Amino acid sequence: MFVSLNWLKNYIDIENISAEELAEKITKTGIEVEGIEYVAEKSSNVVVGYVKECEKHPNADKLNLCLVDVGEEELQVICGAPNIAQGQKVAVAKPGAVLPGNFKIKKAKLRGVESNGMICSLQELGIEERFVPKDITDGIFVFPDEAEVGMDASQLLNLDDAILELGLTPNRSDALSMLGVAYEVAAILDLPIHLPSEKVEMTSEQASDYVTVNVEDPELNPYYGAFVIKDIHISHSPLWMRNYLMAAGIRPINNVVDITNYVLLEYGQPLHAFDFDQFGSKEIMVRRAKENEKMITLDDQERTLNSEHLVITNGNKPTALAGVMGGANSEVSNETKTVLLEAAYFSPSAVRKASKDHELRSESSTRFEKGVDPDRVKRAGLRAAQLLSKYANGTVLNGVVEFDALDRSEAIVEMETSKINDRLGTEISNEEIVDILRKLNFNFNQDGDTFTIYVPTRRQDITIFEDMVEEVARIYGYDNLPFTLPEGASQAGGLTVQQLLKRNVKSYFESAGLLETITYSLTSNARANLLVSPEVKNDAVIPVKLKMPMSEEHSTLRLSILPEMLDSLAYNTARKQTNLGYYELGTIFVSKQETVTEQPEERLRVAGAVTGEWVSHAWQQEKKTADFFLVKGIVEGFFRKLNIRVEYKQVKMDGMHPGRTAQIYLAERPIGFIGQIHPELQNDYNLKDTYVFDIDVDYIFEVQQNEPSFQKIPRYPSISRDIALVVDEGISALDIQTTIEQAGGSLVKEIQVFDVYQGEHLTKGKKSIAFNILYLDPERTLKDEEVEKSYQAILSAVQEAHQAELRG
Amino acid sequence: MKERLQELQSEALEKVERSSTLSDLQEIRVAYLGKKGPITEVLRGMGKLSKEERPVIGDLANKVREAITAELDRKKTILEKKALEKKLEHETIDVTLPGRPVQVGGPHLLTSIVEEIEDLFIGMGFEIREGPEVETDYYNFEALNLPKGHPARDMQDSFYITEELLLRTHTSPVQARTMGEYQGSKPVKMICPGKVYRRDTDDATHSHQFTQVEGLYVDKNVRMSDLKGVLNRFAKQMFGEDREIRLRPSFFPFTEPSVEMDISCKVCSGVGCSVCKGTGWIEILGGGMVHPRVLELAGYDPKIYNGFAFGMGPERIAMLKYGVDDIRHFYTNDIRFLKQYHKA
Repeated sequence: MFVSLNWLKNYIDIENISAEELAEKITKTGIEVEGIEYVAEKSSNVVVGYVKECEKHPNADKLNLCLVDVGEEELQVICGAPNIAQGQKVAVAKPGAVLPGNFKIKKAKLRGVESNGMICSLQELGIEERFVPKDITDGIFVFPDEAEVGMDASQLLNLDDAILELGLTPNRSDALSMLGVAYEVAAILDLPIHLPSEKVEMTSEQASDYVTVNVEDPELNPYYGAFVIKDIHISHSPLWMRNYLMAAGIRPINNVVDITNYVLLEYGQPLHAFDFDQFGSKEIMVRRAKENEKMITLDDQERTLNSEHLVITNGNKPTALAGVMGGANSEVSNETKTVLLEAAYFSPSAVRKASKDHELRSESSTRFEKGVDPDRVKRAGLRAAQLLSKYANGTVLNGVVEFDALDRSEAIVEMETSKINDRLGTEISNEEIVDILRKLNFNFNQDGDTFTIYVPTRRQDITIFEDMVEEVARIYGYDNLPFTLPEGASQAGGLTVQQLLKRNVKSYFESAGLLETITYSLTSNARANLLVSPEVKNDAVIPVKLKMPMSEEHSTLRLSILPEMLDSLAYNTARKQTNLGYYELGTIFVSKQETVTEQPEERLRVAGAVTGEWVSHAWQQEKKTADFFLVKGIVEGFFRKLNIRVEYKQVKMDGMHPGRTAQIYLAERPIGFIGQIHPELQNDYNLKDTYVFDIDVDYIFEVQQNEPSFQKIPRYPSISRDIALVVDEGISALDIQTTIEQAGGSLVKEIQVFDVYQGEHLTKGKKSIAFNILYLDPERTLKDEEVEKSYQAILSAVQEAHQAELRG
Repeated sequence: MKERLQELQSEALEKVERSSTLSDLQEIRVAYLGKKGPITEVLRGMGKLSKEERPVIGDLANKVREAITAELDRKKTILEKKALEKKLEHETIDVTLPGRPVQVGGPHLLTSIVEEIEDLFIGMGFEIREGPEVETDYYNFEALNLPKGHPARDMQDSFYITEELLLRTHTSPVQARTMGEYQGSKPVKMICPGKVYRRDTDDATHSHQFTQVEGLYVDKNVRMSDLKGVLNRFAKQMFGEDREIRLRPSFFPFTEPSVEMDISCKVCSGVGCSVCKGTGWIEILGGGMVHPRVLELAGYDPKIYNGFAFGMGPERIAMLKYGVDDIRHFYTNDIRFLKQYHKA
């Protein structure tokens, strides 16, 4: 809502307060002033001039040579506007004038003839073209005859007016009108309010002889009032009205349309003017549209209607889409002689439905959608009739032809001062409450501490006690509320075990050198199917899709963090940032339903990706490029930190390198994978070798709930033995290790691979793999014989199981 | 004999004095104190001496031996020290060369902000609650006093999956779920951080995915001044003790009265500048007293219980606190952005 302060001054005396100060007060009391604008940038030295003479320029076809009387002098001015004519009163920028954009007017010669100033268009005076009446967008502005020669044109055109831009919350639709804003400002500044007159002179001729009103569904249209105004003379509306409309962001059209728009803004009540002679009958019938009924609206669009849309008809055809837009067939034109003026209450839901379906948001529909003040519907009609009689030569016929089932009753709210204070933490007295209610212009009864409020119908947002708490608080001033802390029994705040674990997971990966990312949960359908961990793929039938995505890019809920993370890597690589180590802890969305009806499972995963050099700029050592075992080391460290034992098994999966990918198992249950991205996929993302992991964190948390218990620090020394074996290259380290573990007995505490070799000293197809085995008995010192016995058992077991040979 | 011993002593001491290497010293030690050395020789000749002279000469010989040994040890320490100094001299490195790099990871700025907020409210006795990102229409809207067709639903155009399921548009449904779980049996004091989604086209100030932290306190006799006090404490801890707050009336369907909170602008200290658009204040969060309908729907009797709720956007806070100029930075994961916020 744009509020012209000059317009507002018609209702309330705010001469002594600056726009900035007023804006600040309004903002603090409840309606955010989002900006202060002026109708136009400042101009100087622009006055009203009378065009005494106007002839063709001797040397130029399209220019006119004018003699303009500006009061103290007569100026010879050359003007190129097509609508310039002798006898007009125009805006003249005299030599020395400064127009918006710091455009200085000087004496000049145009095609050999002297020009002493400029005759201005509204745009040249700083008004935005979209608000300039269409007939003069290419020409100069012409003042009405009453304008006095020599007067300051800026002032006459209201160019110095300050406009407050109100950011209205949905509840404050009362401030979608100048009167509503006036009430608000009156409450804030404690000032009296002057309401406009609604007095209309009517002829003896009865409107009801011209038209009847029938309403089919009073729920959707509880009030319909029709006024008939004859002898209309279509012309400009008065200059002040055009000024106010332009200030409010509405383009002036003609007096009839301008008046309905003016009253719309003044009262917040949308009105509609039909050309009575084009209406097509003497019967107004308001009904639901028929299925597939067609009508052409004012914007010349054909609209297909349905039974949820409310229409005004002439008994036969729709003449308006109720509350949204009029029909082209009954539009007011320059030939209009008799106006049928509609003032109605249409239900918010009916108007919302129609404006949404037809994507028509108008000044009218926004107001109806939020519910107009029932008390002002008819009054706005009267006000418009009065203005039509005054400014459009209209003769208002007697009476309002109406259908009236409108509930105009006030909401009644009870409140006690003590309860207000309990809720606010204040000590407001009864007297202060009385004063606040008086400022708000609310009627009430008081019985000691108890108030009965009769809420004015303009404030549709106030229906319960809490609403009144807010009214009292905002007029009392939120600034005046004390600062207190809750007095209820205090509880210890804190993180749950799970929340702590989450923080631990993050801090581990960060300490391992990875940076945390946050990527989008919504991805493309193609990417949603990419790099999905096998156990997830097993559960998720298809990825969950949005009903109406904004773009394919963000249309589907992710089943893996990795595809969007690869996107981040690609983004960086494209910017020459090629050494990257990322991780992310986040949710994936798994639905087991073919057609989703229930909330998908949200599973917490941690995923990571490393590409490029891991160690670079090392002057004393070779740079280290990310590889499988680097990432595996990071993942192993993670499980070590959590004291969880997992196993890695070779796996083939889409999008991953067939020989460099392992699935991770926790006690036979697959919980994720680790490996290199398939070179083809790396290519798609323009990435060098990239290694990733993706792990089910929910399940880890499930097995991780117990706090670790204390393990005694061993008092006896351990014994360490190495064993180097030559085996077929296809035998995995894990297999051998498992054999060692099983054969070694209970004294074996740790087995570690410390060397792997393949090459010239070995037969082709063989590899050497060396383990370090740590023996420990926490209760006593070990004997060499025991260790030797275990070692021999291990040796024969690996010989047996893997045809391993001891390496010489 | 006596003279011979004294002669040997001064001779040896002079040699020690003149020696410059550890091997010199070793030679001297062997030459004078060894089994074949002159002192041993003198001692062997003691048999020829008289009974009276024998202890005197023996004593003297021992003294001479001790004196030479002491001097040798003293000199050895000096030479060893010198040798070490020389060795260390050779070991000198350029300490200005860089060390072996260790990869330093770190949290995302949004995580840092969220955890900072969490910890602040934990300190005021709040617990942290989390909930699903795919929500039911009921918890996202209806339980929060936003029945179907409510105009305020337009304020947060949403990503629907079905008629009844959508990506949550705020974390308030977690509040509704928590209250619903307790069914009016006990007070609620919680904050709920998380990801939320709205149908916005991504640009410098909008993101279709963003983060929210909301808070809820429901108890008997909760006052609006408590909301002001709690938010004031939060603002001062988060943004600095010198910052002021102000509340302005606003509107949310789930609170009444509703507030928006501004903090005084850090850049201009409230005088007015381009950051605060000349107002001296910066909008930071919204909140209010929980709407009785919301309490009722969750099984809390609004005649007995009431409370306050608030919600804020960590992106906005990060943008204000660190001057981040584009919300998209939080989601493109440019390493040059991520590396700037290494603080744990």
